[in-house]
Amino acid sequence: MSIFRLSPPYLAGANHVTLQMMQVLLALVPAVVAMVYFFGYGVLVNITLAVAVALATEALMLRIRERPVKPFLSDGSAVVTAVLLALAIPPLSPWWLTTVGVVFAIVFAKHLYGGLGYNPFNPAMVGYVLLLLSFPVEMTTWLPVASMSQQPVDLMMAISYVFTGQLPGALTMDTLSGATPLDAMKTQISQLRPPEVIMNQPLFGMFSGKGWEWVNFWFLLGGIYLIYKRVISWHVPVAMIGTLFVISGIFQLIAPELTGTPMFHLFSGATMIGAFFIATDPVSGSTTLKGRLIFGAGVGLLTFVIRVWGGYPDGVAFAVILMNMLVPLIDYYTQPRVYGAR
Amino acid sequence: MTQQQLGSFPGGLKLPGHKKRSTQLPIRRMPISKRLVLPLQQHIGEAAVPIVEVGEKVLKGQRIARAEGHVSVCLHAPTSGVIKAIADHQVPHPSGLTAPCVMIETDGEDRWIERNPVPDFRSLSSHEIRQRVREAGIVGLGGAGFPSFIKLNPGVRHHVETLLINGAECEPYITCDDMIMRERAAGIIEGIEIMMFALRAKECVIAIEDNKPESISAMRFALTANKALSETTRIVIIPTKYPTGGEKQLIQVITGKEVPSKGLPIDIGIVCHNPGTAYAVGRAIRHGEPLLSRIVTVTGTDVTHAGNFETLFGTPIRELLEFCETKRQPDEPFIMGGPMMGYNLSGDDLPITKTSNCILAGVDEVAIASQPLPCIRCGECAVACPASLLPQQLYWYSRSKEFDKTEEYNLFDCIECGCCDYVCPSKIPLVSYFRFAKTEIMNQERERRKSDIARERHENRLARQERERVEKEERQKQRKAALAASKAAQKKAENTEAESTTEAAAVKEDN
Amino acid sequence: MLTAILALTLLALIFGLLLGYASVKFKVEGDPIVEQIDKLLPQTQCGQCSYAGCRPYAEAIAAGEADINRCPPGGEATILALADLLDVEPKPLDEEVGTEKPKMLAVIDEDRCIGCTLCIQACPVDAILGAAKHMHTVIADECTGCELCIAPCPVDCIDMVRTTPNPTTWRWPDPEHITLQEKIEEEQA
Repeated sequence: MSIFRLSPPYLAGANHVTLQMMQVLLALVPAVVAMVYFFGYGVLVNITLAVAVALATEALMLRIRERPVKPFLSDGSAVVTAVLLALAIPPLSPWWLTTVGVVFAIVFAKHLYGGLGYNPFNPAMVGYVLLLLSFPVEMTTWLPVASMSQQPVDLMMAISYVFTGQLPGALTMDTLSGATPLDAMKTQISQLRPPEVIMNQPLFGMFSGKGWEWVNFWFLLGGIYLIYKRVISWHVPVAMIGTLFVISGIFQLIAPELTGTPMFHLFSGATMIGAFFIATDPVSGSTTLKGRLIFGAGVGLLTFVIRVWGGYPDGVAFAVILMNMLVPLIDYYTQPRVYGAR
Repeated sequence: MTQQQLGSFPGGLKLPGHKKRSTQLPIRRMPISKRLVLPLQQHIGEAAVPIVEVGEKVLKGQRIARAEGHVSVCLHAPTSGVIKAIADHQVPHPSGLTAPCVMIETDGEDRWIERNPVPDFRSLSSHEIRQRVREAGIVGLGGAGFPSFIKLNPGVRHHVETLLINGAECEPYITCDDMIMRERAAGIIEGIEIMMFALRAKECVIAIEDNKPESISAMRFALTANKALSETTRIVIIPTKYPTGGEKQLIQVITGKEVPSKGLPIDIGIVCHNPGTAYAVGRAIRHGEPLLSRIVTVTGTDVTHAGNFETLFGTPIRELLEFCETKRQPDEPFIMGGPMMGYNLSGDDLPITKTSNCILAGVDEVAIASQPLPCIRCGECAVACPASLLPQQLYWYSRSKEFDKTEEYNLFDCIECGCCDYVCPSKIPLVSYFRFAKTEIMNQERERRKSDIARERHENRLARQERERVEKEERQKQRKAALAASKAAQKKAENTEAESTTEAAAVKEDN
Repeated sequence: MLTAILALTLLALIFGLLLGYASVKFKVEGDPIVEQIDKLLPQTQCGQCSYAGCRPYAEAIAAGEADINRCPPGGEATILALADLLDVEPKPLDEEVGTEKPKMLAVIDEDRCIGCTLCIQACPVDAILGAAKHMHTVIADECTGCELCIAPCPVDCIDMVRTTPNPTTWRWPDPEHITLQEKIEEEQA
């Protein structure tokens, strides 16, 4: 007979942190494939580099904090943080950008707060925001989707750029890069161009940015898989997407010149990865069911506000971090009614 | 019978049942052990007080200990034999501690004492029925062991609408209620009739989980045989979900009502009993038999011939396990109760008591001892909690020993069902923290009460000493006054001398 | 200029009155500090703190004459509670007054007891029963374990025994320690 626990219950559920993290990674695969398809192999290089740096940093921090390295390293949380951050930064980013972001996320946003389970902010988003504030130029040089680029990014080119900053031939980052659909929308609206006209430009697809709508679609599908597998609950994504849809819908009706359509907002930028993979981070999110609805709605609202009136084209990262701050308050006021209590 | 709309409770789990293992054979009778060990406390409340002497011969069903105080029941000799000792012995309790027990050496004759059956229970008053149930030593056989007679009181303030027979038996592996309902349905119905009469209840609901079709049909059959009862009694089939068998959860499923926090089911007009208890009440009243044995499920992956056994109280658990042939090594721990709410025991001499419903050796999806990971606040525990608590908040505060905070988060509404533990992806032993915090709080409460009493006693003592001092001073003053008076009197009149001496003597005596 | 000064003065006056009213109206009525301290003390009445009982010690603490670390029966828990109440730094138990011991209970060896009543007079909580020339006995439930009865006994018939938990007073162990224990066992296996 195996050694069982010394205290009841003696039955164990199959649920495990590592298992959950693996499910999250699995759910990201289709969207990653889509991103590689649209933005080239730089995405894969970013992910590989970020994961390697994350694992090394995590191991180092655990050693410094005198925690058992193996069980914590194998929980997969560092890998998830790294992959999410890698997906958030531009597909062709210099190695130091990725490294700084990941190290900051793991060291400052995670371990200095006590490691897994204790971080009040989503580590990947803290890393992302740090990069966005410190290196705005590098962080906003996105590539256009592959079909519109003169030069598709192959693996060798990606590796070469990431590690040496060299591009083949006469190519420069300036010729390669272009504005993201969210960026383009924001800039041109400020020039008083109506959104429906902007939407006809080649940068845009069916109802959102070309390529972006597909990436978002695959994130959505991966998210639904996670809900089906009960890794995440439906509350945060539904509340966030719902709020974003409703708010942008209202503005569509009363002030259509202000911003894009609801569908544009839903399938642009980081909406879907944010709704299903970032705002659902349990550690830094709300824990009560009602609280999750409020949390998700808050993220959706703030995302819209930042996209329309803020200084940045996308607002998911800031929205999540701002809502993270409100979590203790939300949790306190949304405690469920206990059985038998009046 | 119309199917009423069922309620449900939040959270809960669908657990693998593993019940078939022990329901393949009918209930068997466990052979009489050579030596029985009977703890004087097999119920919640005050321990019973022995009324037999060492060396005394006792008959089957003879009372060997009387109830002490209100919340207490009697204890009887499960078979005939000789009292060998009244001493401390290890009892089946998670602490592994010893408690006073009566040891009987059995003679194998199994001779009954004279019984006092009452074929027509309607000739008894409700009070007499309760008295007999108490005399018969009947406690809740579901596992908690609360004296049943208290729960047969129709009460003055409340009145009982519904008698709820809890045949849910939601915990995996345990099948003793299932088996007793299959095989002794008529006896259970007899008991229910008596309970209804004693409680003056309007209706009775027999709730059985839908994974026990044999029990459902057996109980239905037995109920139809009793015309009068079948008008007020219905069998309700409830979905299998853990912990439906929890009293509060079952009430929520059946009635949609909630027992108020810190309250009892009777506060909302419901009394809940186990089918085994109903059977025992029937035997006690109609046949005059006190509670001497119970059905025990012996099962688990290490048990070769699992099954249910009618076992006399005091039978060593080792003998049961040997009887069923196990792969277990001597002194290897086993689980008393189910895999979710039971506790592990080690010690081969532990006896079966009134609350031993299941002996479990080996679990299929066993929880391996492992270092828990930190809580990732996933909230799964809160989703699984049938009492809508926030287990992870309770965990933080129990862990940091902020016990007043745990009470703020309603720690004492936790029923220790283990759902949160089961779903926790970090494998944190949440229930262990809650049990720890609960007993710590109860201990603090006890200490506080004790220190309050000590303070009061000390203050009383100080007050008494002060009073004595004042009285002494008073007396001294009086004596001085008397002395002065007597001196004055002496001077004035010589003939009063005799009187004043007596007075002085009196004062002296006083001191 | 003048109106501004006037307005400000008026405002200051109104707010002052408001604050004064609030401080009287919403005053938090608490137990006097001595009572609160006394509640935290274990009420052993042993006098190890060099005061004549728990209450005099509480009074001394309240008056700032005694330190909070002079109660051996209360031990660390009491010091922490007192530090919390009085908002001062907790400090280790003063070694001068004794050391923290597990809870004890006085037991009279009834064969040796000569019935001198000296222990009865010493007991601060009247937990010893008996009369002159008759055997005495300790009411176990009321005994605080203060040991004050030991010294007066002329025949040394009183022993302090450790109170053992029974299944009703037993407490579940702290899982923090269990986890460690399990880990050790895991390594051994």
